[in-house]
Amino acid sequence: MTALLIENVPILSIVIFLPAIAALLVPFLPGNNVVRWFTFTVLFVDFLLATWLLVIFDNSTAQMQFVENQPWVPSLGITYKLGIDGVSVLFLFLTSLLGWICVLASWTAIAKRLKEFMICLLAIQSLMLGVFCALDLLLFYVFWEAMLVPMYLMIGIWGGDDRIYAAFKFFLYTLAGSLIFLVGILVLYFAGGRTFDILALMEVTYDVDLQFWVFIAFLIAFAVKVPMVPVHTWLPDAHVQAPTAGSIILAGVLLKMGAYGFIRFSLPMLPDASHYFAPLMQGLSAVAIVYGGFLALAQQDIKKLIAYSSISHMGFITLGLFTFTTNGTTGAVIQMFNHGITTGALFLFIGLVYERTHSRDIPAYGGLLKSIPFYGIFFALFLLSSMAVPGTNGFIGEILVLSGTFGVNNWAATAGVLGALIGAAYILGIYRQMLLGPIQIPGSAKVWDLNSRELCCALPLLIFVFWLGFYPKPFLSILQPTLQHLLAQTLGAGS
Amino acid sequence: MSRQSIELSTLDNTAVDLAAIGQSVLASGPEIIIIIAASVVLMLSLVPHPRQDQLLAGVSIFMILLAAGMSYALSDYTLSDNTKTAYAGMFVIDGFSTFFKVILYLGTILTVLMSASYFRNNGLNNNEQRKEGVVQGEYYALLLFALAGGMIMVSSTDLLLIYIGLELQALSIYVLTGFLKADTRSNEAALKYIILGAFSSGIFLYGMSLFYGLTGTTNLNDMTTALLTLDLSDPMLILATLFMLVGLLFKVGAVPFHMWVPDIYQGAPSPITAYMSVVPKAAAFAILIRIFMLDLAALQPIWLLNVAAISVLTMAMGSFVALVQTNIKRMLAYSSIAHAGFLLLGLVAGGEAGIASIMLYLLVYAFMTIGIFAVIILLNKGITAGEPIEDFSGLATNHPALAFMSLLFLFSLAGIPPTGGFFAKFYVLVALVDQGQIMLAVLAVLLSAVAAWFYIRIIMLMYVQPPALQSKVRSEIQLNLPIRTVLLVATIGTLLTGLLPAWFLALVAASMPLGLG
Repeated sequence: MTALLIENVPILSIVIFLPAIAALLVPFLPGNNVVRWFTFTVLFVDFLLATWLLVIFDNSTAQMQFVENQPWVPSLGITYKLGIDGVSVLFLFLTSLLGWICVLASWTAIAKRLKEFMICLLAIQSLMLGVFCALDLLLFYVFWEAMLVPMYLMIGIWGGDDRIYAAFKFFLYTLAGSLIFLVGILVLYFAGGRTFDILALMEVTYDVDLQFWVFIAFLIAFAVKVPMVPVHTWLPDAHVQAPTAGSIILAGVLLKMGAYGFIRFSLPMLPDASHYFAPLMQGLSAVAIVYGGFLALAQQDIKKLIAYSSISHMGFITLGLFTFTTNGTTGAVIQMFNHGITTGALFLFIGLVYERTHSRDIPAYGGLLKSIPFYGIFFALFLLSSMAVPGTNGFIGEILVLSGTFGVNNWAATAGVLGALIGAAYILGIYRQMLLGPIQIPGSAKVWDLNSRELCCALPLLIFVFWLGFYPKPFLSILQPTLQHLLAQTLGAGS
Repeated sequence: MSRQSIELSTLDNTAVDLAAIGQSVLASGPEIIIIIAASVVLMLSLVPHPRQDQLLAGVSIFMILLAAGMSYALSDYTLSDNTKTAYAGMFVIDGFSTFFKVILYLGTILTVLMSASYFRNNGLNNNEQRKEGVVQGEYYALLLFALAGGMIMVSSTDLLLIYIGLELQALSIYVLTGFLKADTRSNEAALKYIILGAFSSGIFLYGMSLFYGLTGTTNLNDMTTALLTLDLSDPMLILATLFMLVGLLFKVGAVPFHMWVPDIYQGAPSPITAYMSVVPKAAAFAILIRIFMLDLAALQPIWLLNVAAISVLTMAMGSFVALVQTNIKRMLAYSSIAHAGFLLLGLVAGGEAGIASIMLYLLVYAFMTIGIFAVIILLNKGITAGEPIEDFSGLATNHPALAFMSLLFLFSLAGIPPTGGFFAKFYVLVALVDQGQIMLAVLAVLLSAVAAWFYIRIIMLMYVQPPALQSKVRSEIQLNLPIRTVLLVATIGTLLTGLLPAWFLALVAASMPLGLG
């Protein structure tokens, strides 16, 4: 029945381009409030559409669903081809969820040039949704790279004091990585029979030598985006300087795209190279987990701390992916989703308190649980989820990854456990310093507890923290066929 | 097939054949129209008229459109002897030349539109410049002569005729460069240009004469035949090839023959700078393609490695030096050098894909370059040969639409999707990787990443910095109709080439020269 309903409706195109079309209308709207409500409504409708897609998504198959296919540049074999599988539908949902939360988070935080901000936000949403739906390699690349533009502007215009440096660094790191990726794409294009169709390219078995080089090209792009050590240095700068919405998008979705790239391209298309490089990837991930954790321990600036913790958490994701076990990959994808929810929420809460006090200095705070209890409780819960306390989403992801890794690479798994311990140390450090103890507000600024708008941002995220923590089965069952198929592709050709 | 028919037409011409002459005149109709237009404009400028500049610009544009219509009609027309060649095989009206003529027309029309705005702006507050109104006839006439030169270049299949076109174009532009008579930098630029230009023309001519000595002909088609019997390791042949190559590389501003570019770009009036970076460059690349990729493609082993090295050097030099420029025109000069390097990669890639990639690139480049120069002209009040980059600061606050268009042009120049600039670069890369030149492709993209820095620096200025000292000037920006048209055409062109590249690729494919591969 659902199939009938959507048969002739290009539903993915609608989901992708709804924000973009809305962005074209924003300049003509009168007044800032109208702009806020308009953007919110559009992104909320988009969220409802994405939720509906998640509901009617067929869990029983690894096939691409809701496929659209139009020629774009026929002479070069470039198509406008969209479709989603279990992994992409989840990130489509996550992206659209964070979209409207970002609008609410920026409701009062963005005072200057609101219209331009909302245009940027809508554009980023469109492009991110496009990345997760694209089934044509060049289309994917266009979305992937075009995303830099609004993100660059968002950090550069609405960021902190050192925003220009951070924006440049972000842009150039990602651009350099992406351009190498483009050359890799072209090599694959010619080796795969002059097509950019991702599904067709997956069918081809490539020469091992070629796989090797293309893997490196892709690795550079994805490693920058994830980010993996040693190309992670843009992330703390970008995070610290970005406005709250920018940080949420960066942590929530943008970082996932690197890992998504591994899932979509490196593993299924280059299985031999993936196996060849797996020890290196596991090693780099283990380094990222421990090193990122230690860096986070040393931070005073809360945004910087969470940024470094992101590097550590993203290490779990790449570690899980390159174990090639069911548990490892499932854990990795779940962890991607989790990290989007949890870290997105943490940046949201940092933004909320920053809006009140204009300080990110951890030691300057104290006793927030007493002074603003609702804020304190929510923040505490998200912190616990980031620490992977059982019963929260983080636990499910990390335990799956670690159980997948033990037996494949015990050293990396041990590093993962160590990283989780360090994580507990710095998270509990924030918890103790900011939430407990005598009440201390930087600059004696006036603080107020969460208002209803802020609660609306926080609640949905909290629901997912516990939903995934206590009953992850619906998510796992969406992922299962896709990941089984992925592992079959990776192992089948890899032997 | 075409070679035989050329021999036939050569035979026919031994007797004076009125019909053949008629056909030839018909084939060169667009060029004749443009030359008539130049003469008419020159004469009209002598007649006092209250709104003379508008009249002259209007006549120029009308005549160019007329020529464009004629070119369009001719593109589907076969001359009576069933070929596309005229003037005894010296002149051709194939799709290839028509495509380049479209770029030339486009570039010239947009330049004329910008010029009206430029001279009006500058005439307002500068005594010296008010005199420009008197000599504006020359300005438009020279532009039209330069256009005619370019048209002759892209249509000719004979080295002599190519040279005539090249010189007609170059001489006109020498004068146009020095058109700001009161400005020393403009004068200096013109002088430098004429000396270095004459030097490079001489080198080109020397290469031609060597070729004539080796093959006994100046006709490119006959040379193709003659080359079959020549030994490629003959030092004379190598010398001849390199001389001709160097002459043309000078014209496109490739390293190490780029020294003239920054000074002349900076010194020339802004519309002329825009014109120079589009029209002569397109014409020079047309010649490069016609000589080195089509008719004399057999010479490829001689120059391939040189051009590959030169293209990398050119991109590197252009990108790195542009990083430290503080003057927008000078920066765009280096950026144009970097783009020339990227275009040369198409030459290295070779084949149909290589040619097509250069053609597409030049079209996209015309749109985005003219677009950004239109913005510069709007920001540039008074006669200053150089415009500091800081002029862009705070543009987004005062003129959001203008800033957004600049953003598009700059991202397109940097090669970020979904703009045309991305697709142009992408297509060159496709051609390169197809030939297995992966290392060159990697170098090219890395250097593009370097180049992106100075484009996004301007974007940062526009969007982040507050409007600085120029805020008073800024409020005077007048978006009159001609400049609006230019901006609109450039914006639409930049976007369409990025979003619907299939149309333009089809156009390029249809204009592919015959007898390829």
